[in-house]
Amino acid sequence: MAEFISTRVAYGRALKKFGGQNPDIVVFDADLACCTKSEGFGQAFPERFFNVGIAEANMVGMAAGMAAAGKIAFVHSFAMFSAGRAYDQVRNSVCYPHLNVKIVGSHAGLSVGEDGATHQCIEDIGLMRVIPGMTVLCPCDANETEAAVKAAIEQNGPCYLRLGRAEVENITANLPGYHFELGKGTTLADGKDVTIAATGLMVQNAVKAAEILKKEGISARILDIHTIKPLDTELIVKAAKETGAIVTTEEHNVLCGLGGAVCEAVSRYCPVPVIRHGVDDRFGKSGKYEDLMVRYGLTPEKIAECAKEAVSLKAGQAG
Amino acid sequence: MEQKRVKELAVTAAKVRLECLEAINACHSGHIGGALSAADILTVLYFEKMKNLDPENPKNPDRDRLVLSKGHCTGALYPVLALKGYFPVKDLKTFRHIDSYLSGHAEMKHVPGVDMSTGSLGQGLSAAAGMALAAKLDKKPYRVFAVMGDGEIEEGQIWEAAMAAAKYKLDNLVGFVDVNGLQIDGTTEEIMPSEPLDEKWEAFGWNVLKIDGHDLRAISDAVDAAGECSGKPTMILAKTVKGKGISFMENKVMWHGNTPDEEEYQKAKAELTARLLELEG
Repeated sequence: MAEFISTRVAYGRALKKFGGQNPDIVVFDADLACCTKSEGFGQAFPERFFNVGIAEANMVGMAAGMAAAGKIAFVHSFAMFSAGRAYDQVRNSVCYPHLNVKIVGSHAGLSVGEDGATHQCIEDIGLMRVIPGMTVLCPCDANETEAAVKAAIEQNGPCYLRLGRAEVENITANLPGYHFELGKGTTLADGKDVTIAATGLMVQNAVKAAEILKKEGISARILDIHTIKPLDTELIVKAAKETGAIVTTEEHNVLCGLGGAVCEAVSRYCPVPVIRHGVDDRFGKSGKYEDLMVRYGLTPEKIAECAKEAVSLKAGQAG
Repeated sequence: MEQKRVKELAVTAAKVRLECLEAINACHSGHIGGALSAADILTVLYFEKMKNLDPENPKNPDRDRLVLSKGHCTGALYPVLALKGYFPVKDLKTFRHIDSYLSGHAEMKHVPGVDMSTGSLGQGLSAAAGMALAAKLDKKPYRVFAVMGDGEIEEGQIWEAAMAAAKYKLDNLVGFVDVNGLQIDGTTEEIMPSEPLDEKWEAFGWNVLKIDGHDLRAISDAVDAAGECSGKPTMILAKTVKGKGISFMENKVMWHGNTPDEEEYQKAKAELTARLLELEG
């Protein structure tokens, strides 16, 4: 029986687990501890937990001060606010001095659901990855989330961790040979006709898309890109060379996210057709998560269509 | 504080002003007005009040810390740090130069003695509060100072930090507002009136002291008084003169970011040098 669990819930457990092992970890939240799941740490280690109220800019700044004094500081809010509202603070108080602050953005993307466009951040990957020295992580499931939290703690410097609210299948938990390494993508399925590079909850959809494609005789390679920065350029370029076409898929604007990062990599080392699949540069809206995913085309079927288009572009390029 | 010590600090502050002028004149760039208004506060803090400072070990974990939230006033901070011994005074001539480590705004990675990178206004008090909170968590006795501009506190984040510092009872945090009454586009009164500052900070749960920000003894006494206050952070509202020490720059909006031409430089240098000689004599 497949296990379904949101990355934010898995995150909360991991933070409590690793936070208990490392007394240097301090945690800030801005009145969303119940939602970001930092509350578990807060209940276990109240002396190292600081709920600073609805004031994200100050939260990031205080975390920077804590990090300057030797702590590993985690800050939490919805992605819209931790990456968006506090952008200047993340850039100037955290990343410019390269302080050990981990920016957690939960409720990222359309899968927030009914709260609507104001809370559906589809720009955070772009915002965070353009800051020099920032690491950007977007795990796809519970197992990968725990591994990402561990890696973020072990890495010295700023990090953005993108989490979702939706319950997603824990696909990497029992995957033979699965190994998480920061900065290295994971090949979930090999294929020769096209590569689908996915991040976050679109990884599960990409796996389903590969099954659709297989029935139509198309062999798709599936890459799980949990680290968007630093990007595993070697893996991406190898896939470009060996499959000749790429589809990127993400629960994010098609601009500046994983798709942008992949295009930047292949355009330099191995230009091949790249179809960027995601939210087509428009705001989200209120609705049930499942309905929104269909309305905005974030489905395995759409990914499969993009893959077929990519394959056809490859043929055109060869001709 | 003994009169002799006050006089020594006055000499140091005069040297800081002279080095400030030289640094800014060398690169024809910088913020001289606000640097001169904060020069006395920074001098007293670094040369008299801050504990466990060690220029040979700038990151000593037990040191008092200072966050120059008005991060553009490196024209004062860097001369103070150089005279304190963190780096050679002669390097001040490379201020803001492409090959120099002495950045335009305060920078903690490459400038020895700088405790926090600042420049984007309104962010320093939060960082200082975070450091003060870390001291509480680690049960260390160090104090944290934050120096803000009176224009800067128009930023909302300052007031977010003000609430948080009061919530966590950060009595090891001491803020200064350099109340020179001017900001880049005009007087604070016309751009965004912020008075009554004392009532505002008190309402946010702070212990508030008002001083003349050029009275060295008053600065020192206020820092001591802040140390006596338990359970809440202290904000010292320091009334200052923008451009202090150079007659034609004092209280003039244009000297926020302008730099002197050769004639003005010579006149300013003569004034500051005369003042230094007078104090030393």
